[in-house]
Amino acid sequence: MVSNVLPLVIALPLLGAAVLLIGGRRTDSWGPYLATLLPIASFVCALVLFVHTLGQPDDARSQSVHLWTWFEAGKLNVGADLLYDQLSSLFLLLITGVGSLIHVYSLGYMAHDERKRRFFGYLNLFVAAMLTLVLAANYLVLFLGWEGVGLASYLLIGFWQHKPSAAAAAKKAFVMNRVGDMGLSLAIALCFTTFGSTSFDVVNAGAQHAGETTMTWLGLLLLLGACGKSAQVPLQAWLLDAMEGPTPVSALIHAATMVTAGVYLMVRSHAILDAAPVARTAVVVVATVTLLWGAIIGTAKDDIKKVLAGSTMSQIGYMMLAAGLGPAGYAFAIFHLLTHGFFKANMFLGAGSVMHAMDDDVDMRHYGALRRAMPVTFLTFAMGYLAIIGFPGFSGFWSKDKIIDAAWHEHWWIGALALFGAGITAFYMTRLMLMTFFTDRRWREGVHPHESPSIMTGPLVVLAALSVLGGVMLLGSWIQDYLAPVVGEPPEESSGAPAWLISLLAVLVVAGGVALAWFLVGKRPVPQAAPTDVRWPVAVARQDLFGDEINDTFVVLPGRKLTGALLEIDRYGVDGLMTGGPVAVGAFAGIFRKAQNGFVRSYALSVLGGAVVVVLALMVVNWQ
Amino acid sequence: MTDVTPYLIVSAVLFSIGATGVLIRRNAIVVFMCIELMLNAANLSLVSFSNLHGNLEGQVTAFFVMVVAAAEVVIGLAIIMTIFRSRRSASIDDASLLKW
Amino acid sequence: MTATFVVTAPLMILSALGILVVRKAVHAALLLAVVMINLAFVYASLDAPFLFAVQIIVYTGAVLMLFLFVLMLVGVDVSDEVTESIRGHKVASLLLGLILAVVVLAMIGQLSLGTMKGLATANGAGIRGGGNLEALANLLFSRYVVAFEATSALLITAAVGAMVLAHRERTEPKSTQAELARERVRAYGENGLHLGPLPAPGTLARHNAVDTPALLPDGSHAKQSIPAGLHGHPKSGAAIEAKP
Repeated sequence: MVSNVLPLVIALPLLGAAVLLIGGRRTDSWGPYLATLLPIASFVCALVLFVHTLGQPDDARSQSVHLWTWFEAGKLNVGADLLYDQLSSLFLLLITGVGSLIHVYSLGYMAHDERKRRFFGYLNLFVAAMLTLVLAANYLVLFLGWEGVGLASYLLIGFWQHKPSAAAAAKKAFVMNRVGDMGLSLAIALCFTTFGSTSFDVVNAGAQHAGETTMTWLGLLLLLGACGKSAQVPLQAWLLDAMEGPTPVSALIHAATMVTAGVYLMVRSHAILDAAPVARTAVVVVATVTLLWGAIIGTAKDDIKKVLAGSTMSQIGYMMLAAGLGPAGYAFAIFHLLTHGFFKANMFLGAGSVMHAMDDDVDMRHYGALRRAMPVTFLTFAMGYLAIIGFPGFSGFWSKDKIIDAAWHEHWWIGALALFGAGITAFYMTRLMLMTFFTDRRWREGVHPHESPSIMTGPLVVLAALSVLGGVMLLGSWIQDYLAPVVGEPPEESSGAPAWLISLLAVLVVAGGVALAWFLVGKRPVPQAAPTDVRWPVAVARQDLFGDEINDTFVVLPGRKLTGALLEIDRYGVDGLMTGGPVAVGAFAGIFRKAQNGFVRSYALSVLGGAVVVVLALMVVNWQ
Repeated sequence: MTDVTPYLIVSAVLFSIGATGVLIRRNAIVVFMCIELMLNAANLSLVSFSNLHGNLEGQVTAFFVMVVAAAEVVIGLAIIMTIFRSRRSASIDDASLLKW
Repeated sequence: MTATFVVTAPLMILSALGILVVRKAVHAALLLAVVMINLAFVYASLDAPFLFAVQIIVYTGAVLMLFLFVLMLVGVDVSDEVTESIRGHKVASLLLGLILAVVVLAMIGQLSLGTMKGLATANGAGIRGGGNLEALANLLFSRYVVAFEATSALLITAAVGAMVLAHRERTEPKSTQAELARERVRAYGENGLHLGPLPAPGTLARHNAVDTPALLPDGSHAKQSIPAGLHGHPKSGAAIEAKP
């Protein structure tokens, strides 16, 4: 049954993309509706598969489907294989579920856009590619999906092509992703040379036996790929720019699904990470840096979407941290990924709703006191907010605390940093809430905010409910046990700080963050224009912690110099060689033609000279 | 009963002198004269060899050389005359337009 | 035989060297004549009486005279400049000539040719048992008759060619005597040109050359008394000032 239904899951959105994009203007009227129905159909299939899987015993839950042989090149035989196991089942539900909700939301959000058919086509394309990514049974099919989501991201960030900032942001995202893709490509090549195959089961089986250096390299290269896709430091600068795209795009791609592909890759390659402690340490370092980086950036932004983007960067840092902690953390990484998908998509869609009401203004300094004007949006957003700060009982509380707990057990200071990050998260999210829904009205002229239509608030309600109830997955360690056959058994709880102490500390830190935000932002009036004379931490945070400047100095400038140098070499070296030949010949000719001086006597001299040479030669040959 | 070598030596020396003269002299007519000198040197060696071998082949060849030399002189001098008519100069260095 | 050679060989070589160095072309022609006559004597000493005669008659008598005629037409006094216009040419030529001589002499030194047989028997192989001439004729008209005919064709071609080269094409019809007379009277009428014949060149006590100008009553030179081609010639008498 799996082998019949599984390809359908990918094929349906792909069909939608093909029909809408190739069909053209004829599909303008009914295209978006078809495009919304197809992911819903995929979700139904995913649900069916999930229920079927739950009915199977633990060790029979993983099933692979061989569709056809993709290519054979020498010893490399790559099949278009799909793998449905516990890990991909959860992702399938997330992608199709949240994806469908966002499709429904987009029907309302993009209703007035004349190119919305294309938008839905690209969204379907994205869903198909993301499903290919998580259903792949080998690294090459994963790479296919990886590139597909990169393409869809480019198309969707730059959807409003007429805006130069959008086009530039799309390019930036694509190029930075490419750097990561390079890492992934090299990892795949290394896989092939080490194991002779890129299939997950072969790699996972052979990881312990291959040399540790190879595994370390493999792990680091995969980490590079993950950094690109998941916007981790050092490839993080594109995520905030990617907010140029329409809000549903930001919700689906840059919050819930695409950016989590890196985490998926890390968890899928857990065998490699388990065999390479150095790579795992690198993952932890990158994740810790990123979770603080994203949080600090988020505190200084006035653009609501950019705050949420910084928050995404930070939360994915948490997920990567969990993935880097080994078998103790893999399941929690996935758990946090799922809950984050719920509440972040919820908040992004809520932000979209606010923007829709405020005439597409993103500046929070022009918001204020919106809770009366948009009650549904406010309530659903509040659910997401409480989840992300880790209010006890909400889904985020359960997932984030588990990560901090695992980090604390690894090294106490990693846990401390994660805790600190939680505090900053509480601060900037509270600041966002206060500036948007509370404080005084700072609306511009002619802006009359009103609640969004139900087609937009419907998904908000569903996602809010999931944000509240998502913690149920942890009940009875269900998610750990469910994923254990795939990611390995978590180790026994070692002695150290007990879990309830960590949770208490977390709540206290969060409360501190909320209080700080209340005093700094809630108590005082919010200025309409961003104040310019700020202390240096704020200025630095506003500059994205100089992320773009670092890239410029270390990558763009040397790259430009290199290109310039190569151009010079080409122009003077290669071209010089080509044109230099004729020039040299011409110069020699210019010298040698002087021998033709026109005087008969000179020519006669050379004739006599030749005759003498001939005579000499004859003489030498016939000497006796 | 004599040796043919002195005759050949004289012929070689006359030939070399004629060749050098062709290169050195600038008057076209004197150059021609040096060419005649070279031909005469060749004639001398031909006649010496005919005496050496005891047959008249060499002399016949020398005779033909003379005839051809005469014809050549006729044409050559006519050409020099023609050139002189238009250029008013008998120096061969003046006919140097075919150069770089 | 040897005595002739001993006398003529140095003369020939010296005359040849002289051709290289003399400045006036006429001197070079005369030196060439010396070489050729000496060669004739050598031919005679080598049992080649016919060639001896032909050398003097044809070569010295006809060819060299032709040279002298052309020299006369071109300019007797034209002499080569001493300085060499092409850099290094003289040195290179002398060197090359020297090398050529040395190489050929070395080659000759390598040969061992045997003694000369003499042409007594060969000369006796004539038609009527006659001498060199008959034997030559025998050879010429039997074995070398084709070459002979070809050479005669060559001579005819050369003669025709010379005529063609020396020919001047008239671009307009030849002026008749009547026209010439009319021209003369017109020139007299317009320019005052003297109508009679040109004055004869002057003959003074010291010069009897054609280029000596006649003197006018006031002692100055009459330009028309010298042939036109000699005007402005540096050595012509036209440049000599008449002593009053």
